Amino acid sequence: MAVNMASYYIPSESQLEKLTKLAQHFNTAYNDVLIGESFINTDQLIIQIHKDNLLKFLEKLKITYGFQQLIDIIGVDYPAKVERFEVIYNLLNLSNNLRVMVKTFVGEQDYLESCSKLYTNSDWLEREIWDMFGIYFKNHKDLRRILTDFGFEGHPLRKDFPLVGFSEIYFDEINKNVAYKPVELDAEYRDYDYQNPWLKDIEVDTFKHLQEKDKVMKKLDD
Amino acid sequence: MKLANKDMQDDLLKQIPEVKNPNFLVGQIDYIVNLIRSNSIWPMTFGLACCAIEMMHAYTARYDLDRFGSMPRPSPRQSDVIIVAGTLTNKMAAAYRRVYDQMAEPRYVISMGSCANSGGYYHYSYSVVRGCDRVTPVDIYVPGCPPTPEALLYGLLQLQKKIRRTGKLWR
Repeated sequence: MAVNMASYYIPSESQLEKLTKLAQHFNTAYNDVLIGESFINTDQLIIQIHKDNLLKFLEKLKITYGFQQLIDIIGVDYPAKVERFEVIYNLLNLSNNLRVMVKTFVGEQDYLESCSKLYTNSDWLEREIWDMFGIYFKNHKDLRRILTDFGFEGHPLRKDFPLVGFSEIYFDEINKNVAYKPVELDAEYRDYDYQNPWLKDIEVDTFKHLQEKDKVMKKLDD
Repeated sequence: MKLANKDMQDDLLKQIPEVKNPNFLVGQIDYIVNLIRSNSIWPMTFGLACCAIEMMHAYTARYDLDRFGSMPRPSPRQSDVIIVAGTLTNKMAAAYRRVYDQMAEPRYVISMGSCANSGGYYHYSYSVVRGCDRVTPVDIYVPGCPPTPEALLYGLLQLQKKIRRTGKLWR
């Protein structure tokens, strides 16, 4: 069995057999649809697919291969890439205890097809992806922000979003309400470097120091 | 009978020598009012994060805030103090101010934990208020992450002390 990752969870032999069979099947039957070959990582099958074929493929996974449950949708931002975002669908086949990760790639101006008709829980998951990354989902019935503040601007999990954000809250004594103002920080954010820059010098110095001490001792002996 | 102000009671007893066992209480009105107020601090439950767990521990049998006359109320109209236990986010800030505004005077605020004190771990976050004192005035700051129930208890005792010392009828 080709499991090259150091794994904290060791899948059983039968499970790996099922997964490898599934991987081989996908690689032959969906050769034209997949990007690259699907492969196994620890206990999951990883499939890469173009975003136009995503919805049909998910439907097939659900109906013919029994991946009934959508565990999570994950977004990743790679700002250097042309297709900037990676969206990952985690699926679970409960009756066979199999897990699949379906990866797609989206550019900043592109959109994805909503899969909320297939998996009803993807409604909120897609809202979260929209909130955090700004990836638009077509045919979503109610695509609003889910976690951030009312009237929030920007998408905080994008790499170009500043950590402290743009506005902060204070109490306006004149109008007697909670209001926003641009961020002012008394102390700037500091990135601590825990490597000791003197350590190398100290080692050299102690060595030199010992050498000199030896010389002095020798002189004294003479 | 426990006397509110021993000196005044003694003065009165000297003037009326035939009264041996007094069945009444004499004292300044603000002293008595503050005695009663400080021994019946009803906190508004405002648990926001993990500090709320420690706050709950403070209410339950081992630390038992009830013996200091404070029991949690679910309504701001019935409570004297609001314990901000946890991270105050931007989205929650308006609701927090609303709850504070609904409380009747005299009202007090205990800020519990480093998140409520200054933003703490989330000081540089885009979505967290950097201390609940940016939204409302605060009486007692309880440090810790999260503070132990003992720390909260100590904070409550300090608030009692504050009420007795700065005692006025109207704040």
